[in-house]
Amino acid sequence: MAQKESTKNKKNKGNIAIYIFLTLGSVVMIFPFVWMITTSFKTVPETTLIPPTLFPRSFKNIKAYQQVTNSLPFLKLYYNTLMMIVLRVLCAVIFSSMAAYAFAKLKFPLKNIFFFIVLSQLMLPAQVFILPQYEMISAMGQTDSIFALVFPAIVSAFGTFFLRQTYMGIPDDLLDAAKIDGCSYFGTFIKIAFPLTKSSIAALAVFTALFAYSDLMWPLIVNTRQDKLTLSSGLSTLRGQFAVNYPNLMAGSVLAMVPMIVIYIIFQRQFIEGIALTGTKA
Amino acid sequence: MEKKHKKEALAGILMVLPTIVGLIALNFYPLIRTVYMSFFESGAFGSWRFIGWDNYVTMFQTRSFWKATGNTFLFMFYTVPVTIIFGLLLAVMLNQKIKGKTVFRAIYFLPMVVAPAAVAMVWKWLFNTDFGIINQVLKALHLPYEINWISNSKTALLACAIVTIWSSVGYDAILLLSGLQGISKTYYEAARIDGATLFQQFRKITLPLVSPTLFFVLIMRVMSSLKVFDIVYMMIEKTNPAIRSTETILYNFYQETFVKNNKGYGAAIVVWSVVIISVITLIQFIGQKKWVTYDV
Repeated sequence: MAQKESTKNKKNKGNIAIYIFLTLGSVVMIFPFVWMITTSFKTVPETTLIPPTLFPRSFKNIKAYQQVTNSLPFLKLYYNTLMMIVLRVLCAVIFSSMAAYAFAKLKFPLKNIFFFIVLSQLMLPAQVFILPQYEMISAMGQTDSIFALVFPAIVSAFGTFFLRQTYMGIPDDLLDAAKIDGCSYFGTFIKIAFPLTKSSIAALAVFTALFAYSDLMWPLIVNTRQDKLTLSSGLSTLRGQFAVNYPNLMAGSVLAMVPMIVIYIIFQRQFIEGIALTGTKA
Repeated sequence: MEKKHKKEALAGILMVLPTIVGLIALNFYPLIRTVYMSFFESGAFGSWRFIGWDNYVTMFQTRSFWKATGNTFLFMFYTVPVTIIFGLLLAVMLNQKIKGKTVFRAIYFLPMVVAPAAVAMVWKWLFNTDFGIINQVLKALHLPYEINWISNSKTALLACAIVTIWSSVGYDAILLLSGLQGISKTYYEAARIDGATLFQQFRKITLPLVSPTLFFVLIMRVMSSLKVFDIVYMMIEKTNPAIRSTETILYNFYQETFVKNNKGYGAAIVVWSVVIISVITLIQFIGQKKWVTYDV
């Protein structure tokens, strides 16, 4: 009895240590965002106070937001970023699902060579493709467009590889039954197999969306016109403009991060489980 | 029967076609084209002149190129071990029976949903020499505080590394946590009956059983540290005196190719980065046999 009590005590102490560690860590994770938000409501002189103040004198001071939205067309940036994300996700889901199903369940010539092409793309860093991709976009006269933002991600080797793992987990009997019922190969895929991969598709969508959202080098290269920038590349142009005007820089950052954070808070579970899935299956 | 196979083959080909055509046009051709371009000198108005290995010769004789390569490796050594150790530590803690698990998980993952551009922006402000909160806290703790974090060549790369660790530790923790959740509880029960300490349990059960996930995380982390661009680009401006000691390989590539318009030379740099990444990844795959356990 006494021994049991002592192990229980030990365990509680261990848990308290864990809580302390996790809470301190959480403060480190959250503080920069708090600081970003409170700074965005300060005036420039307020940011030079020593010691610094956490809260601005007034949260009604939205001058930084006004100046930032005057110098950067944020509505356009939201639109461009949204279109880039939606189209990249759609392309990744549609094309990768089709290819993944074929690789997992169908027999066809050159299958191994084709799959080798998928794997070799996965191994290589994206930067090695960037320069010729840029040449292609400019040869097509498509710089400064939504199409340019989507272009390098029209097909997804990662998506194909990841969904192939999912399709391999679907038992053949299920698909054979559909075929006996007179479904074509494509029909079996659309009606039977595809609906079974919902959670993997959600995971791929989250992964693709986050990757697109944080992509910086490509949008910076292809789209230079201000109304064709994304949130990421747009933010980088603010640096030169407001060198040390931190309220303005923070206001811009807040505007850039708020939509994704809101989506994240709503779909928090799907985000985290999706990312965990892309990591363990791939 | 014959007809059925033909139909299946046709369906298969048609379904992989968009992806394969896309990969050939968008990746396979560009890869070859990049290697090809690295043997040319790009002149004004899109003219190209074959110069053989000259780009590579110039590259290997350029000090800033070697400096960039060194910086990239230094960045890898700064970020990879710390991120993975903290990630594993977090994952182990989040795998215990504690309250508020989902909230903690969500908080640590938060930086992943914020664009690196915005992350870099706020950290630049935190690192500010005169008014940044970090130096102010150091001052309050009576530590040396007038540190020019991002303009001093001794600390600038470290500052970029800190930001990177901060933003990626949650991601690694999530991946490792899902690896830990796959470990059967019975192993731990058996170990406890045999009187194994927590540390022994970690060494003999957790570490070997999570090693495949750990290996995956390591590969990804090393690769992304060798490809670092965003954070450095956002934190360190061209006019920053610390630029020489923070410029990474891909930063160098971006500058040469898209700012200075030395496309052939830029292509050579990116080929070099692929060589480095491939070699390091290969070494890891060879090394994994020593520590990764697959058969359970």
